[in-house]
Amino acid sequence: MRTDPRWWRALAYGVPLAFLTLFFLYPLAAIVERGLLAEEAGSALDVLTDPLTREVVWFTVWQAVASTVLTVLVALPAAYVLGRYDFPGRSLTRALVVVPFVLPTVVVALAFLAVLPEPLERGWAPILIAHAFFNVAVVVRIVGTFWASLDRRTAEAAATLGAGPWRRAREVTLPLLAPALAAAAAIVFLFSLTSFGIVLILGGPRYATLEAEIYNQAVRLFDLRAAAVLALLQLGFVALTVWVAMRLEARLAGTGRLGSERDVLERPRTAREKAVVVGSLGGLALFLGVPLAVLVERSFAIGDGYGLDAYRALTSPTSALLASPWEAILNSIVFAAAATGIAVAVGGLAAFAVAAPQGSRILDGLLMLPLGASAVMLGFGFVIAFDTAPLDFRSQPWLVPVAQALVATPFVVRIVAPTLRAIDERQREAAALLGASPGRVRREIDVPVAGRALAVAAGFAFAISLGEFGATVFLARPDRPTLPVAIFRFLGRPGELNVAQAYALAVILMAVTALTILLVDRIRIRRGGWV
Amino acid sequence: MSALLRVENVSVRFDGEPALDRVSLAVQDGEVVTVLGASGSGKTTLLRVIAGLQRPDSGRVLLDGQDFAAVPPHRRGIGLVFQDHALFHHRDVQGNVAFGLRMRGDPADAISQRAREVLDLVGLAGFEHRSVATLSGGEQQRVALARALAPEPRVLLLDEPLGSLDRRLRDRLLEDLAELFEALGVTAVYVTHDQAEAFELGDRVAVMRAGAVVQIGTPDELWSRPADEDVARFLGLANVQDGRLVRPEAVTLRPVADGERGDAVVASVARRGPAVHVAVRLDDGSMLEAVVAAVEHPAPGDRVAVEIDPAGVVRVPDNVERDAEPGAAGG
Repeated sequence: MRTDPRWWRALAYGVPLAFLTLFFLYPLAAIVERGLLAEEAGSALDVLTDPLTREVVWFTVWQAVASTVLTVLVALPAAYVLGRYDFPGRSLTRALVVVPFVLPTVVVALAFLAVLPEPLERGWAPILIAHAFFNVAVVVRIVGTFWASLDRRTAEAAATLGAGPWRRAREVTLPLLAPALAAAAAIVFLFSLTSFGIVLILGGPRYATLEAEIYNQAVRLFDLRAAAVLALLQLGFVALTVWVAMRLEARLAGTGRLGSERDVLERPRTAREKAVVVGSLGGLALFLGVPLAVLVERSFAIGDGYGLDAYRALTSPTSALLASPWEAILNSIVFAAAATGIAVAVGGLAAFAVAAPQGSRILDGLLMLPLGASAVMLGFGFVIAFDTAPLDFRSQPWLVPVAQALVATPFVVRIVAPTLRAIDERQREAAALLGASPGRVRREIDVPVAGRALAVAAGFAFAISLGEFGATVFLARPDRPTLPVAIFRFLGRPGELNVAQAYALAVILMAVTALTILLVDRIRIRRGGWV
Repeated sequence: MSALLRVENVSVRFDGEPALDRVSLAVQDGEVVTVLGASGSGKTTLLRVIAGLQRPDSGRVLLDGQDFAAVPPHRRGIGLVFQDHALFHHRDVQGNVAFGLRMRGDPADAISQRAREVLDLVGLAGFEHRSVATLSGGEQQRVALARALAPEPRVLLLDEPLGSLDRRLRDRLLEDLAELFEALGVTAVYVTHDQAEAFELGDRVAVMRAGAVVQIGTPDELWSRPADEDVARFLGLANVQDGRLVRPEAVTLRPVADGERGDAVVASVARRGPAVHVAVRLDDGSMLEAVVAAVEHPAPGDRVAVEIDPAGVVRVPDNVERDAEPGAAGG
């Protein structure tokens, strides 16, 4: 059994815990205080029993359920193809399908504004479609990977016992896939439940989820108490979903797998099989590719022709912002870089603490909390927590990267910890027997392995911070907007040029994000789950 | 003579590589044919073609005279016991055994009665509601067998069913299987790489090599007249040279008397159960193996005189050419 020196454990536990306490638990306490305990609060019940709240809760839940069902239906054909067939470009397909998932929600929302016909542009339908677009990767990756590990012969055994194709699907394949489907669905449900940017932009005035309503109450109506009560309600929903999702994921990991991909995957041979592969992947490619292509097209559209006008206008001051759009791009990059530094430092240390043999499951769970707490709640919590001395940080520019880091840290832990756990303990034992001290073992064995994972995590953290909208929209000062915030402001202004500039900024944001992810994707590490 | 199961000239290629090369095989009603071959010889592919899980590139499979080309696996009425069992891990023992009966549309009470019956037959009475994941390897194997037997398949195929079990368990299950086949009058094709299994269970044994059946016959026929040198070696007959096979039990080793020169030096001695296998190096440099069924035996380095009983010497042809008509394959 390996034991770490005490100072190292103090560092690995202390830094993440201090960070979480100050920037997550304390704002959370502020929300509780504002919503339930403050003198002017009275009863939180009047917010909860308000018919408007009931309407918002109802919409939040049903759109999340419907989005999940739609996502699974859209993803299943591709998951089937990736789980059953080996074909040229299979790993490229697996990589490309993740791109929509890492795109900023604001970009996705704009892409659907661009592609959908006017009557469908706002309302519940575009919300569901955008959620399916965004989350399809989760289902394709989790279910497809699991499918590829299911022993082909189980279904064949059913065939020799008299089960036709449909009965095999119903009685054997679906029950065996159930744990993967459930885990993927729970994660999609969670993301749909906490979706903010998409709902805010595509929902129009009539459709608001809890997230959007928290923003409405806090920013537009200045009813901080109502916002706090709704935030706590949302936290309850989300905590429940996270708990279910984590349990389902743990169950999935524990499911015995029989086949290895090499035995399971087959090349498509008959014309029908080839048609299934091409059709499923082609359909998905159209669903994912067309909105993004139209988004790019619209950013160049001026009047009846095409031009660079929208991009040229980005350098000049605009009435929509207190800064030029170019400055927003710069702000975004600086903030995201700072957030990445914080997230990698905090998340990396936490990953070491969590992955150690005597690692803490409590810290593991605690670190996942911000993932569930929803970005809007974090941003709102910062606003009401850091407004009085000695913690009066109002309009401190560094609050933005800290909030973004909070959102990105759980992802860093999720990427780095499995890599550390996957190191064979005997490698460390061998190093120790060859004379390496505990610190030396970590430096010689753990760090080189974790280094690649940390690089991947940094890429993801950068992409997430770049596109972060829910928390940033509360915290970014008017004279220092980030890209997503600038896009949102442009959308709120009338005029063709404003909309065109929003599209142009979205294209730039998409390009920077995609470039980051492509760079990261060249680093091959063992990845757990859906990231 | 009309066979129940007939495989005619079946060939299968994977990515251009032949996996089965014009294989023909006829199995009579109530007969157990074992297919013996090294891994990669095409045994499993042959079973998959018979079960309908693998489409042959050419040739056909007939059951009771009916061409099976257009019949999908779930309508063939052929049972298959998979290597490593391929049990349904999402169902309990009863759910596994009853599966084929449910597919057939049997009424519920008939299903549970038949499932009980079959579990009793394989020695798993009372295991109905156990989860298959909690069973030992031997028990899983019995469930796989019960599952395949329950819907009374016309032909039972078994793919190395004992392959993953340890030796002692294997010997016991082998006896049980032999009894079961005998009692039920099962028509079966049993694939294995273990010659002891093949010889013990098979009414006839088919030897496969590189996707082709090189010889088929009763165990006695195979043992006394192997089709070629490689078959002889595969059966464990080491003394093959220049088309001459000397059966080890026909070789007698005698200690040299005083002044006698002898013929060979003992190279190695290995006891395998009751028999001792003694390898000697003849003075011309070639090796010969003898089996001594005694406690006393020569030691390595001893000089011995060698006598060979002419009745134990068989001529074997050179390796059967793939393109030659495998005359022995007709049975």
